Amino acid sequence: MWHLLPKPLETLWTLFTAPVVWMVHFLVCYVGAAIFCEKPGFLGADFSNLRIAIAILTALALAMIVISAFLAYRQWGFGTGDPPHDDPTRRDRLLFQGYATLLLSGLSFVAVIFTALPALFVTECLR
Amino acid sequence: MKATRKTATKPRPKKAAAAPAHTDKAAQEVQLRAVWANPSGWRYWTSVNNTQIGLWYGSTAFAFMLFAGLLALLVRAQLAVPENDLISADLYNQAYTLHGTVMMFLFAVPIFEAVAIFLLPPMLGAREMPFPRLGAFGFWSFLIGGVFVCGSIFFGAAPNSGWFMYPPLATSEQAGIGADIWLLGLSFIEVASLAAAVELIVGIMKCRAPGMRVNLMPLFAWYLLIVAGMIVFAFPPLIAGDLLFEMQRMFGWPFFDAARGGDPLLWQHLFWIFGHPEVYIIFLPAIALLAMIIPTFAGRPIIGYSWIVLAAVGTGFLSFGLWVHHMFATGLPQISLAFFSAASGAVAIPTAVQIFVFIATMLAGRVIFSTPMLFAMGVLAIFVMGGLTGVMVALVPFDWQAHDSYFIVAHLHYVLIGGMLFPVFAGLYYYYPLINGKHMSDKVGRFAFWMMFCGFNITFFPMHLAGLRGMPRRVYTYPADIGWDWLNLISTMGAVVLGIGMFAVVVDVTLHRRNKPKGEQNPWNAGTLEWLNEPEENWGVRSIPQVESRYPLWDQRNLAAEVRAGKWYLPDAKEGRRETLVTSVLDAEPEQVLRVGGTSYVTIVSAVTLGTVFVALTFKWWAISLVSGIAFVAAVLYWLWTGTGEIPEKDEKDIGHGISLPLYASGVKSTGWWAMFITMTGDGTAFASLVFGYFFFWTIHEDFTGGTAGPGVFWPMIALALFAMAWISTVGARESNRRGGVSFARMLLAGGALLCAAGCFAALAGPWTTGMDPTVHVYPAIVWILVVWAAIHGALGIIMQLYCLARSLAGRLTPDHDMELHNVALYWHFMLVTALVTCLVVGLFPRAI
Repeated sequence: MWHLLPKPLETLWTLFTAPVVWMVHFLVCYVGAAIFCEKPGFLGADFSNLRIAIAILTALALAMIVISAFLAYRQWGFGTGDPPHDDPTRRDRLLFQGYATLLLSGLSFVAVIFTALPALFVTECLR
Repeated sequence: MKATRKTATKPRPKKAAAAPAHTDKAAQEVQLRAVWANPSGWRYWTSVNNTQIGLWYGSTAFAFMLFAGLLALLVRAQLAVPENDLISADLYNQAYTLHGTVMMFLFAVPIFEAVAIFLLPPMLGAREMPFPRLGAFGFWSFLIGGVFVCGSIFFGAAPNSGWFMYPPLATSEQAGIGADIWLLGLSFIEVASLAAAVELIVGIMKCRAPGMRVNLMPLFAWYLLIVAGMIVFAFPPLIAGDLLFEMQRMFGWPFFDAARGGDPLLWQHLFWIFGHPEVYIIFLPAIALLAMIIPTFAGRPIIGYSWIVLAAVGTGFLSFGLWVHHMFATGLPQISLAFFSAASGAVAIPTAVQIFVFIATMLAGRVIFSTPMLFAMGVLAIFVMGGLTGVMVALVPFDWQAHDSYFIVAHLHYVLIGGMLFPVFAGLYYYYPLINGKHMSDKVGRFAFWMMFCGFNITFFPMHLAGLRGMPRRVYTYPADIGWDWLNLISTMGAVVLGIGMFAVVVDVTLHRRNKPKGEQNPWNAGTLEWLNEPEENWGVRSIPQVESRYPLWDQRNLAAEVRAGKWYLPDAKEGRRETLVTSVLDAEPEQVLRVGGTSYVTIVSAVTLGTVFVALTFKWWAISLVSGIAFVAAVLYWLWTGTGEIPEKDEKDIGHGISLPLYASGVKSTGWWAMFITMTGDGTAFASLVFGYFFFWTIHEDFTGGTAGPGVFWPMIALALFAMAWISTVGARESNRRGGVSFARMLLAGGALLCAAGCFAALAGPWTTGMDPTVHVYPAIVWILVVWAAIHGALGIIMQLYCLARSLAGRLTPDHDMELHNVALYWHFMLVTALVTCLVVGLFPRAI
């Protein structure tokens, strides 16, 4: 099963994986709900469908963040070294990247849950 | 080309094979000084050196801040007592609008571009930013635009509809020319901000000293990298909004006119998609200053470096999910409001992380309470209070009560003054010795701090209460018997105290230091590289060191002396050119010696001609505007032709310690490629904002075409095909040229330009042939905007193709030196996406639904 995971990437961009997932989730939820409420003829009028859609999206987003967090944990050497990771070596640079990515995954995880919470409580397109 | 390293890694100067004699070093120094010297006399102003540009930029922003501060005092004087008529209502409207506008656009954002341009090269161990002329162009644009916007109040023509220019008030006749001045003047300044963002991102990613890996970068650089990235995504929506707004004001295209299918709310969306990240664009660099100051005075490295990176990146992202919290009272569905309320709550997490990191660092170290530190303490106190009221107004029900009241005025000033003004003053006192080796006065500093701190709280705390008592923001005056009078009087008195504190700093900066002796070079015993700076020298660093620590001056013994003795990399400028090192993104391995632009008047000419375009448009002087526009394009082409892409006289240069680096790079390795990539990302964001507008109008109407004809399918598809072929030609030209097929590449470039021209006409033919009138309804207007946007980008694409053709014919672009062609091909990738989206959206979407 481990071989299914992508190989480690040496790039700065992986740092942004989890926040990008948050952003996409946020935008899809917001735009989806806005269109749903503005154009009942387009996406249907049953609000519970919207809530189910948000729940599925949230589960997907959280799963992706967990994967990103695991990859970050791997890059961080599974927690074998402690911060501050400030040696002038490639290894410490990788550990730093892994650790920072892991922290960002945590923040994004919480932020995705924050975004999904309204769908738990709001039950109609009330203005 | 790869760097050839002849010695083992981690060279130490003492191990160098043959240390040059002292006389060589002295000669090197003389030459280096001459190469980086500023011109004298009036030509001094043509300097592009980061030290001068940073200082001019900062001083100008500071002057604008003082001006806006005087406007604030005027506003407070008017509100001091009830039923006051000290100034006219019209002047009052102009004063508060200009106060907000100037503070946000002419002070808060530019001051950080200024600080970054001044500080980053020495902090990263670079000689200069990668595009010094672009930095100078940004400064002159900012100066011209700023004077234009500020000057309007002396002619009674300043914007008067509030700093966020809501239509329909700001689109009405009543707004006068002030609205145009706001839109065009600020669009011009936004261009300068984007230029600075490009400069900062490329500088931080590619111009760090060897060995300064991403885990060793100063936190200031981390913050600025994130902030510059935010500018690239936040400013373009406002530029797109300005474009729509100005099209309505000038030509009657009804984007925000509800009677003709438009919607004022679209402006609010576009403005706040910019406006909320803007708050963090202002706040993060300010906090970045604290992240430099606090470790110095705590005498230890920061605790939780990675946590700060988490906070910077996290805040950068989350801040884009907050914009609707400025629009809670506009009648959006509650579920939409709740998403933004949740994100507004979530952003408190990374924000608080930074505060806790600072507190932890102070607790773990032994803090010296210097003047900069005093201001830093003030930041924590004031900003935390503003943050807490921020969490209050993030809650929709509370916001409905407080919306547009003085509670909001209090909240935003706590956040902005605590999160931005106080850190700037901390930074001013901290970094002042870098300017001329002298300290500012401690006594005056402490006096100023206490006056400002007390004055600030006396001014703004009562505003919470006035707001809760129902006082709306922006009112000209108020009756005596409703309980607002004494609160306002206290606020005004506080404003005077705050003003005295600011005045003390101004006196300190301008007068007090004159007779003081020079201090030492690193007076605070700080650990980061900028303290190697020699204020009297213009070269940035004498030689570029190998960095091995987050705080090299603390951990690498003798580094300062070695650097100043010219024992490290690139200690000379034998060829008489200004040079700095380009290194890799992650590990900062040396990759290239970059020759940067030197002193030039072309930046001033470009800024003046572009400024004239915007000013002339404001007054609808079409001919002057057109002529200036052509002059601007000519100036930029001259700038590029003479100043960029030069083929060096040799392939490699020895930078010392046995390392030879190429002098030329193209494609993804070149700094120009990155600049194009970043610019086009911003450009793509502006385009995406226009497309957002298209779909916004679709969502709010039953039939968004309003019964008017569309552009049809035929012409958009023809246009798409032609643009796609032009793209293939351009990419083909790059590949053909690379393989040595120079003639074929030239043919492809010429053919690509013709195809693109045909594509532009075909795109415009769609709405033209079906007689779409953009003044009748918003649907034809938004279709025209998208098509015109694509056509203008097509025209730019043609200019670029022809530029490459001309370079090739002139022998300045060869198979081995093809940087321009790579960059133009990159532009064309973005152009293809623009064409694809435009043609599919305007051509097929109306049929698909």
